[in-house]
Amino acid sequence: MNVLDFRLENLPWLVPAPAHFRQLCRTLEDSPTATERDIRHLANYQLNIDQLIRLAKLIGSLRPRLVRNASFVDMRLAILSDTTVDYTIPALVATAARFGVLLEVVHGGFGQIAQAIFSPDSILHKTAPDAVLISQDPRGLGLHQSFISPKSGRERLASACAQIDSMVRVINDDLGVPAILQTVPPPPEEWCGSFDRVAQGSSRQLCESYNRSLTEIASRNGNLLFDAQHVAALVGYDAWYRPSQWTNAKLPFSLDLVPLYADHLARLLAALRGKSRKCLVLDLDNTLWGGIVGDDGVEGLRLGNGTADGEAHLLLQSYALQCKERGIILAVCSKNEMAAAVRPFREHPEMLLKEDDIAVFLANWEDKASNLAQIAKVLNIGTDALVFVDDNPAERERVRQMLPEVAVPELFPDPAYYARALGCAGYFEAIAISEEDSLRADFYRGNAERTKAVEQLGNLDSYLESLQMVCVIRPFDEIGRSRIAQLINKSNQFNLTTRRYTEKQVGDIQADTSKFALQIRLIDKFGDNGMISVVIFDVSSEVWACDTWLMSCRVLGRRVETAVLNEVVSAAKSHGALRLRGRYIPSAKNSMVQDHFGKLGFSLLKREDDGTTVWELDIATYAAPDVPMLVQRELAQTEPAV
Amino acid sequence: MDAHQIARQLTTVFHDVMDRDDIVLSDTMSADDLDEWDSLSHIRLMASVERQFGVHFTNAEIGSLKNVGDLIKLISQKTNA
Repeated sequence: MNVLDFRLENLPWLVPAPAHFRQLCRTLEDSPTATERDIRHLANYQLNIDQLIRLAKLIGSLRPRLVRNASFVDMRLAILSDTTVDYTIPALVATAARFGVLLEVVHGGFGQIAQAIFSPDSILHKTAPDAVLISQDPRGLGLHQSFISPKSGRERLASACAQIDSMVRVINDDLGVPAILQTVPPPPEEWCGSFDRVAQGSSRQLCESYNRSLTEIASRNGNLLFDAQHVAALVGYDAWYRPSQWTNAKLPFSLDLVPLYADHLARLLAALRGKSRKCLVLDLDNTLWGGIVGDDGVEGLRLGNGTADGEAHLLLQSYALQCKERGIILAVCSKNEMAAAVRPFREHPEMLLKEDDIAVFLANWEDKASNLAQIAKVLNIGTDALVFVDDNPAERERVRQMLPEVAVPELFPDPAYYARALGCAGYFEAIAISEEDSLRADFYRGNAERTKAVEQLGNLDSYLESLQMVCVIRPFDEIGRSRIAQLINKSNQFNLTTRRYTEKQVGDIQADTSKFALQIRLIDKFGDNGMISVVIFDVSSEVWACDTWLMSCRVLGRRVETAVLNEVVSAAKSHGALRLRGRYIPSAKNSMVQDHFGKLGFSLLKREDDGTTVWELDIATYAAPDVPMLVQRELAQTEPAV
Repeated sequence: MDAHQIARQLTTVFHDVMDRDDIVLSDTMSADDLDEWDSLSHIRLMASVERQFGVHFTNAEIGSLKNVGDLIKLISQKTNA
């Protein structure tokens, strides 16, 4: 790749598609055993609009018979638009596969936004989408015009905002799903010039004010903002707005930019479904620093301020640190002797990253794909949560072949661009930031220390006692809501029913007196693990049925689930219930909890054909076991009406 | 670029846009002759031709095209100008 080829509109972090891409699609179409993994392989290429449409066609034809062996989540998105989205839709379906989302798109019809929203028998109301994208163009909203009278400008703006606000209410209240609101890029044509930023009625001001209003609407009910204005700014408004394609076919932006638009939108959808990546794995030699530490020694490395190359590697380190600050786990995977690999971390004065920042440090001569699998295993996350940055094209290629679900950005031969590729690829898209995020990276490192501690103590009971755990159990509340929704959407392994709820639905559950819902936090001597478990029970006079029971895998084996059960039993008992009922619904990832209820003393009631098992616990005979932790109850507000 | 070279490159563009490798272009061929050639793929076709040959077509020029022969002539004018 040449420097000139590093253009964001080409998604330069992806590998260029082979010339026979269409042939690959056709071969897969004929294969009786096509898998998610095969689709992921194809979706990982840099694809132009024609290739995206080809891949979408393939996904459409494979959908009914696809071997669901990887980790795709299904999602249905409704798009409401006042422009031509016939190209965007297939591009989005193809691109979503790159992010592990098997997407289906329903379209409200060209320019049929209001009809789709307000007419109860429209496709929008019939198809039960998981989210609704409202994609409006400034030209459809009348925000492309400037007004000499600020009052007229304000009126135009107010009507655009009122319209979108009423649509969002229908989407939230009637459909019960989040709306995704797309910001508008200002048109490049100037009215007064620089004064457009001052003049209140200018199109530029109107677009900016409109975007600000969208931000406010998006901040409630778990709605999301899709910042198309930012995407346009990445390539420039001139490239974005193609007047001839607008007049000819009402294309909202250049056809050449559909892949970039789709990539950004797909990241957001993936984040909504909890599919964003969690861990950044870094190679060392010629990636984190210039040179080879084993050969050049710490002194011989190119790293730090003063030389262009040394500063370039700092850019990557600095970006990695910023990721860590918002909860991305950092790991190292390097072909090196361990003793040599850690030396720069300990001895080089310009290193921004310290050993403490790295949750898992693997330096050995093993195959990198195996090492990456090992890192995922130690961290208890899927390999599809990993991003791997390595300057060596052969290593990248090997990992892509072995583990197509690992994101491996293509790096361009100038290290100054490493952070750019990583930072523009959208691997770590977040839809909210919570305080938990900022602490997460440290939890994982804490876990490594806990693992060491158990080795030293040797005995699980004494180990658990030694952790000095405090378990805080509390009903759902506003403060916890975004983290509760995050856990509900991200937890795959320790999750009995894998039911996903939006932030809005979590709020509804909190308010619903026929639900008994708890959020659980765990603190130990190594630190605060934050909120790590959520349970939701459906309350009735005799039987409380478990709707959701999930837990973060980083606190496995700590007997938190027993502490939680004790609480549920005690609450159910005080309301006169006789039995708890539990249900285990198998998914591709949750086999670790197939005997969860059995282990807790429930008896098996029945086993359904799809592997679902139903369990019951007799409350009268349940003897609450001791748990190795202090349980703090904050249950004052839970008074379920029975 | 002569008409023959243009036709050869254009054939590849057609194969990619229409996702069919068996398309053989002729001067008299038009959208009526090809199921895949509809108003939506036509816009992708024009965008792809513009990209491949580094030219820009006005909407009036696009509107005046009647068949592949016209398209080759137009590309030829633009690339040899």
